[in-house]
Amino acid sequence: MSFDSELLQQTTDRLTHSFTVNRRELLKLFGAGLMVCAVDARALQESGGRRRNEEEERVPHDVASWIHIAEDNNVTVFTGKAEMGQNIRTSLAQQVSEELHVPLDTITMVMADTELCPFDMGTFGSRTTPQMGTELRNIAATAREMLVDMAASKLVGNRNQLVAANGTVTNNATRQSIRYGELLNGRQLVQMIPDDPPLISPEKWTVAGKAVPKVYGREFVTGEHKYASDLSRPGMLYGKVVRPSEYHATLASLDADEAQQASGVTVVHDGDFVGVVARDSTSAARAANTIKAQWKAPQQISEKELYSYLREKPANQGQQAGGEGGGRANVHEKGSFDSAFGSAEKKIEATYTVAYIQHAPLEPRAAVAEWNGDKVTVWTGTQRPFAVRDELVQAFHLPEQNVRVIVPDTGSAYGGKHTGEAAVECARLAKAAGKPVKLQWTREEEFTWAYFRPAGVIDVKAGARGDGALVAWEYHNYNSGPSAIKPPYEVPNQRIQFHPTENPPLRQGSYRSLAATANHFARESSMDEVAHAIGIDPLEFRLKHISDPRLRAVFETAAKRFGWGQQKPSQERGFGLAGGFEKGGYVATCAEVAVDPASRAVRVVRVVEAWDCGPVVNPNGLKNQIEGAIMQGMGGALFEDVHFADGRVLNPRFALYRVPRFRDMPKIEVELIDRKDEKPFGAGETPIVGIAPAVGNAIFSATGIRLRSLPMVPQGLPEIG
Amino acid sequence: MREITLNVNGAEHRVPAAEDEMLLYVLRDRLNLTGTKYGCGEGQCGACTVLIDGRPTRSCQMHASAVSGRKITTIEGIEADGKLHPVQQAFLEEEAFQCSYCTPGMILSAVGLLKANPKPSDEEIIRGMNGNICRCGTYPRIVAAIRRAAEGGAQ
Repeated sequence: MSFDSELLQQTTDRLTHSFTVNRRELLKLFGAGLMVCAVDARALQESGGRRRNEEEERVPHDVASWIHIAEDNNVTVFTGKAEMGQNIRTSLAQQVSEELHVPLDTITMVMADTELCPFDMGTFGSRTTPQMGTELRNIAATAREMLVDMAASKLVGNRNQLVAANGTVTNNATRQSIRYGELLNGRQLVQMIPDDPPLISPEKWTVAGKAVPKVYGREFVTGEHKYASDLSRPGMLYGKVVRPSEYHATLASLDADEAQQASGVTVVHDGDFVGVVARDSTSAARAANTIKAQWKAPQQISEKELYSYLREKPANQGQQAGGEGGGRANVHEKGSFDSAFGSAEKKIEATYTVAYIQHAPLEPRAAVAEWNGDKVTVWTGTQRPFAVRDELVQAFHLPEQNVRVIVPDTGSAYGGKHTGEAAVECARLAKAAGKPVKLQWTREEEFTWAYFRPAGVIDVKAGARGDGALVAWEYHNYNSGPSAIKPPYEVPNQRIQFHPTENPPLRQGSYRSLAATANHFARESSMDEVAHAIGIDPLEFRLKHISDPRLRAVFETAAKRFGWGQQKPSQERGFGLAGGFEKGGYVATCAEVAVDPASRAVRVVRVVEAWDCGPVVNPNGLKNQIEGAIMQGMGGALFEDVHFADGRVLNPRFALYRVPRFRDMPKIEVELIDRKDEKPFGAGETPIVGIAPAVGNAIFSATGIRLRSLPMVPQGLPEIG
Repeated sequence: MREITLNVNGAEHRVPAAEDEMLLYVLRDRLNLTGTKYGCGEGQCGACTVLIDGRPTRSCQMHASAVSGRKITTIEGIEADGKLHPVQQAFLEEEAFQCSYCTPGMILSAVGLLKANPKPSDEEIIRGMNGNICRCGTYPRIVAAIRRAAEGGAQ
């Protein structure tokens, strides 16, 4: 079965790439030094027989990162990953420091610059830690061993007497030592290495595994850090796009006379694109407001028809992006669901819905674009700088090498910045103006013209025997996605299917944890319901069906810290739990809610979450991610909901779209299970999946009301019946 | 375009500003004080918070011309002699941020809060800060940072 289609379904473009930087060109950027990258061992063999002509030799396509060690012992790491608050600038540097045996403060991370960094698909899918982190550890470890080899030829004594530490190789017997940089003798060396060197075991980590403070933390608390929206270029002007009245609208007529006559204003009209450039943001907005545009839009699906539309409009098999995702490819069958369900003693059947929601990064999309002849450089906040480069290549019909995308550390994304809308628009405006231009989307633009977490409908049927064994499980997800669609529980008879919808009503895309939030909500609520139907404690019921010891451990750890089962629920106080496994991370979440019977307001009072993603690289950064995921997940669980009708978003402002605030904050307790004997995985996403079902189950325990729609309580607890 | 005089971080600036130009854009576009952020343009998120005569104010809702002659403090103006303000220091120590885009507005709101109420309870911190959004969800850490600054006697 292939459920890998989620990224295809939720990613608007997907291109193949070749990384064409010549080694010599790359090295021109630096002085003497040792440049190390990891390649697949097979690629090394294949290139071994080629003519050794450095001018022609290209960097292999699968190179994903470089480490450069300079003569002054400064280390530069090049990776296409982007920092947007998940703290990877720090955690990746820690891993390089650990393996290369250099002080952390000698490492500079060059990130997400398409000219300097090797191609990277993007920063999403919790892949930075397991993939980039592991790769950088490999490269750093091999570089360290190479440097020790080089030292062996310079220092007296045996190689096995040499120790690398603090950027220096020392012979412990003679006390003779030499710095890494000195070993280079002014040469420029490029070394491609096989990717399986001996790594330092996490048990012996001294830099990785520690709560190292965020790199550049000071720049963030002083306001010095420049996000894309803060950058300035000489002669820079300010842009503003005139937006269509509805989605899918085409321009019927345009009257831009007043704007054209305004001093210092350039009007740009190209097809259905209309925008202005002016000397400052206020003048640009004012000029855009004077433009009278008539738009023509087709009839569109509104919110009230959403869930029936999602269920009734299946995409044809093979019709989705990438040719995958529909039909049998998304069916998982095991045993015989129909006969097991038919003979089950306890049965439940239920339908769940999840609404479209906003990513709502606090920094809306922004870009600064600067042309130099037919070359353009764009600074923008995106998770996929190389994909944005490709959008620019296509939009302006440029060769790839004429486009450079640079991503300054970004004001967050949560899966919402895979695309380069602002970059393309800004480059178009800058091209017309003949000057560098900054474009900052408004909140309303970000809430309308970006994309949304997919809405979805989920049908669940579950059957259990009288002894409490869950024997039958049927699960259909319409449109929201296949992430974590399979239960992590032992169920002998299963039928699971993901049904993509054709042309979903709103533009949808990636989101923190993708559909794992929706699928955990429906599944963990259903598990709770079955447990109650049988009369077994929900924790005990889950543990009965878990074979993976790590999943068991997070449930037991969270339950113990929470004091599960020690307090009786009342009409005003409820307790719930939920958990699961996705993208290498194990999570269990316990929630306590307070319900006010008079106002019907629901408050999440306390949350305990246990988490295991293998060895912990930075415990404080990890806790921060988990706390934040819980806080953010509460929004989608309780009240976030995009309202839309006739091709318009009806609540495109924070005043109308409620996100979690200080007053929503529960007491949050995080238990990290640091599995140093396992492989490391990422934690940017999966910690979000437990909160919605845990809260829903807690509301049920207090009130007996089973809430099956996300958000659950946008207007407080619904009246019964 | 007429010029106005703004007192920002202790210095007088003569800057051009349109009648309807918000303080946020004068700070960002004309004075290059980009620590003050745009987040919503409707006073709902607090990213654009500055201090005006010591009081937290949403600069996206304040005409620049209306605060001519008043004392404006931005995030760039609260360090003293190269030393972080105690609230900045507390944010660093609690690591009370992720993407940090909200951080300048959070810090200035907290500085204003502590000026009005040097020893706030957690409930008072939550009430005082509720107009600021951290979408990364670092609220518990921000409360801890403000508490830490208050305990250290931050003003």
